[in-house]
Amino acid sequence: MTSKVFKDAKAALFDMRDGVSVMSGGFGLCGIPENSILEIRRLGIKNLHAISNNIGNSGRGLAWLLKEKQISQATCSYVGGNPDLEEQMLANEIEVTLVPQGTFSERIRAAGMGIRGFYTPAGSGTEIAEGKESRTFDVPCLLELPLTADFAIIKAQKGDPYGNLWFKETARNFSPLMAMAAKVTIVEVEELVELGEILPENVHLPGVFVQRIYQGNDYENTIEIPIFEDEK
Amino acid sequence: MVDQVIDMLSDGSSLNLGIGIPTLVAQRIPPEKGIWIHSENGVLGVAGRPTPQSVSATLINAGKETISVKKGASFFDSAMSFGMIRGGHIDVCVLGGMQVDAEGSLANWMIPGKKVTGMGGAMDLVHGAKLVIVMLTHFSKRGEVKLMHRCTLPLTGKGVVHKVVTDLGVFTPKGESFQVEKLAPGVTESQLGMPDGLLVSL
Repeated sequence: MTSKVFKDAKAALFDMRDGVSVMSGGFGLCGIPENSILEIRRLGIKNLHAISNNIGNSGRGLAWLLKEKQISQATCSYVGGNPDLEEQMLANEIEVTLVPQGTFSERIRAAGMGIRGFYTPAGSGTEIAEGKESRTFDVPCLLELPLTADFAIIKAQKGDPYGNLWFKETARNFSPLMAMAAKVTIVEVEELVELGEILPENVHLPGVFVQRIYQGNDYENTIEIPIFEDEK
Repeated sequence: MVDQVIDMLSDGSSLNLGIGIPTLVAQRIPPEKGIWIHSENGVLGVAGRPTPQSVSATLINAGKETISVKKGASFFDSAMSFGMIRGGHIDVCVLGGMQVDAEGSLANWMIPGKKVTGMGGAMDLVHGAKLVIVMLTHFSKRGEVKLMHRCTLPLTGKGVVHKVVTDLGVFTPKGESFQVEKLAPGVTESQLGMPDGLLVSL
């Protein structure tokens, strides 16, 4: 049996090439695959189509690749808080497709689940409805199609050699959906554990959706906006 | 403003709070109301803020701010999170806005040629919640009233807003006009900056 376990990011990302599409998990900087992103930067891969909710934020995450002009196309839902993206977008240096976040996550889920399309009210009566098939059920809805990618790079707190994953708190967000949708899913984990260590009922994403897994290191786990309870 | 919104929440209801002004609501909700705060990045049961000892980089709200959760909270992925909204399981949604109109349409995601933040979850949030409240300052920084006959900025949703709460009052979009529901203490209708046909008096 070939193992899914790779030594590090360099080993796991051996076949990344210019022009591929890459889904990258995380909400803002929460739950981002730091090691895989830094490896893509080191490899100097160009012309990427990045699919990610924020395409980095506050100069970090996928913004590391934006700074090196490695991303030519981006599909995301939110640009606020990402000056690198906003700047390249207004200068027409990058092609950005904005997708409502619920539609974004459901299109990714649909790709992984074999759903060929679905109707949603989100965006009807707005600019994003232009060119889309619409149909009225109880309310007007738009036809949305699955969103897939060549690779998904995601991070989990714990993973085992089969690729069963467990996510911490709100770091889960888009990651399990992207793992289901991409042709090749590469997972980095803070803790690579033995098979069975994640109890079956605690598996958030079954390993069947994962092709490669490695133990990551040197995580920054940046907190973007720390706000604390008033000490009264 | 915050108290007007809290008045509209029934005990035990589920509530999504948008980025910006609506997050102020979270801090003021009396715990005895038993409200379940949802944040679309994947949490139901937001409590408040962490202490420097309890803070976690993986526990944030949709505004990317650190939070804490209460007993009974749950975490989930983004598709389930938006399924909760789209599927009508979240009772109330409070969003910020740049413009809102008498038809109940909202604009809050871009100013063409000037500013693009993206819609984030707003286009999904305005469909699905049983009560959609827009909370905004009555006037823009340039002194323009944000309640208008028809929005001029690109829409987030068409005909989706049920209540509008500003620093000057509470309003209901009625199609061609806004019904005044309440005015803030000391505020008169002449101070609202809205033309005659756009306002239905108390």
